[in-house]
Amino acid sequence: MARISSLAEAIRSAVRDGDTVALEGFTHLIPHAAGHEILRQGRKGLTLIRMTPDLVYDQLIGMGCVSKLVFSWGGNPGVGSLHRLRDAIENGWPQKLELEEHSHAAMANAFEAGAAGLPCAIFRGYIGGDLPKVNSNIKRVTCPFTGEELAAVPAHRPDVAVIHAQRADKAGNVMIEGVLGVQKEAVLASKRSVVTVEEIVDQLPERSLNAVVLPHWTVGHVVEVPGGAYPSYAQGYYPRNNNFYKEWDAISRERESFLAWMKENVLAKGPEAFARYARKHRMAAE
Amino acid sequence: MTDYKPNEMMTVAAARALKNDDVCFVGIGQPSAACNLARLTHAPDITLIYESGTLATRPNILPLSIGDGELCETALTTVSVPEMFRYWLQGGRIKVGFLGGAQIDRYANLNTTVVGPYDKPKVRLPGGGGAPEIATSCGEIFIIMTQGKRGFVDKLDFVTSIGHVSGGDSRARLGVKTKGPTKLITDLALFEPDPETKEMTVVSIHPGVTREQIQDNSGWTIKFASKVAETPPPTKHELEVLRDLHARTHRAHAEAA
Repeated sequence: MARISSLAEAIRSAVRDGDTVALEGFTHLIPHAAGHEILRQGRKGLTLIRMTPDLVYDQLIGMGCVSKLVFSWGGNPGVGSLHRLRDAIENGWPQKLELEEHSHAAMANAFEAGAAGLPCAIFRGYIGGDLPKVNSNIKRVTCPFTGEELAAVPAHRPDVAVIHAQRADKAGNVMIEGVLGVQKEAVLASKRSVVTVEEIVDQLPERSLNAVVLPHWTVGHVVEVPGGAYPSYAQGYYPRNNNFYKEWDAISRERESFLAWMKENVLAKGPEAFARYARKHRMAAE
Repeated sequence: MTDYKPNEMMTVAAARALKNDDVCFVGIGQPSAACNLARLTHAPDITLIYESGTLATRPNILPLSIGDGELCETALTTVSVPEMFRYWLQGGRIKVGFLGGAQIDRYANLNTTVVGPYDKPKVRLPGGGGAPEIATSCGEIFIIMTQGKRGFVDKLDFVTSIGHVSGGDSRARLGVKTKGPTKLITDLALFEPDPETKEMTVVSIHPGVTREQIQDNSGWTIKFASKVAETPPPTKHELEVLRDLHARTHRAHAEAA
């Protein structure tokens, strides 16, 4: 049952040390503000799942919150490396990071299987490459009807899903528009969830008959955090700050500059710091 | 036109490989520039699909990331990522997959995972993303890559996605029914697989480029087809459209800051 709360309360109650957490978002609607709150609350030993770990995962890894990463593409899109992720893998800083590496198809199927209540996902993939050699969770199964050999991976069943969406109503029904990624599947596959939204409205706006809505009884905590996806974007609210993604390359390259930036911009701030990004673009549009 | 960069020749040659009725799965970066150049020149009706779920998208600027709002706003429709990989890619709806990579070998197998050993990498690369299944589920694969000894290697450190595996019928023996890499477009030349051995073979050399240059920028002994053509240089129109596209993109990214 959805509970409307503050971000600090939501993270305190939903995310525990050692949890498996999926903060999902495919370029769009990445839950940065919620990720920062997890960091401020000092969670440790997390297993993070995400198809496309980007800046917020780089930050959680660099600050030592993460012991394992389950992923399929870990880079700064169109820019280059995630330097904190690389430092953890290549040099074990600030701690060793265990990897479970997949392809996008496997990750998407694993989320869907989790949402469908299945133990594993079956798909046609992983043919001939080396990933099955380094990931013992990639297996083959034989179709009982045709004899075709298919790939199988365990379903994702995270302890917590954390996502950002455009709107929720006061009952906590959540509506998502635009690039959808795997957020609906992640929430339905998880035991608990935290959904941050740009705004909580009296009634969801007029919408397509097939709009993507997570009913209030499928979500845990709903929190209003305007700008909470910045520097990612929220379709209809504010665009992606592509330049910040480029700047992150320099900020994150060295440990010292990274730690200084995190201290000033994350540890010393709260979720309200995100509102100015939402406001800035609304004002620019008016 | 003689006043162009090797990189522009590569993008133009890659764009020309696409047809108006193609349905193309687009990788970010160089593939995206080539696919949109094709759409803005000779292939206005081409269907471009990005793995973020955007079907038949017509971006006015190049996306920095695979899920930029521009892709969604200009698409016919946007589906979820599981649907994209299950119904559209695995379902066999996509004719051409357009990939890039960090390392390639003579059979067009690609590595985007690690340089060095997997457990102790010298350089950790982003990883496979959609590539392992794009490489086997699309009807055929085009690859665009700048040539150099670091990228064109005799042996891959890691096989992220397969091309023609170890040549001959080795791909088909794995049970893969699609064609695999049919074109490799570099800043120096155009390669196609030899019909028998499946080794990527130079079929066309870009203007002003020598065979020595192509060899010097590869880690294996390059094969040349018995008849090698000269790639027609970019036309004035192709260059104008490509440069406009890049200029619009730079302006838009700067404005959003």
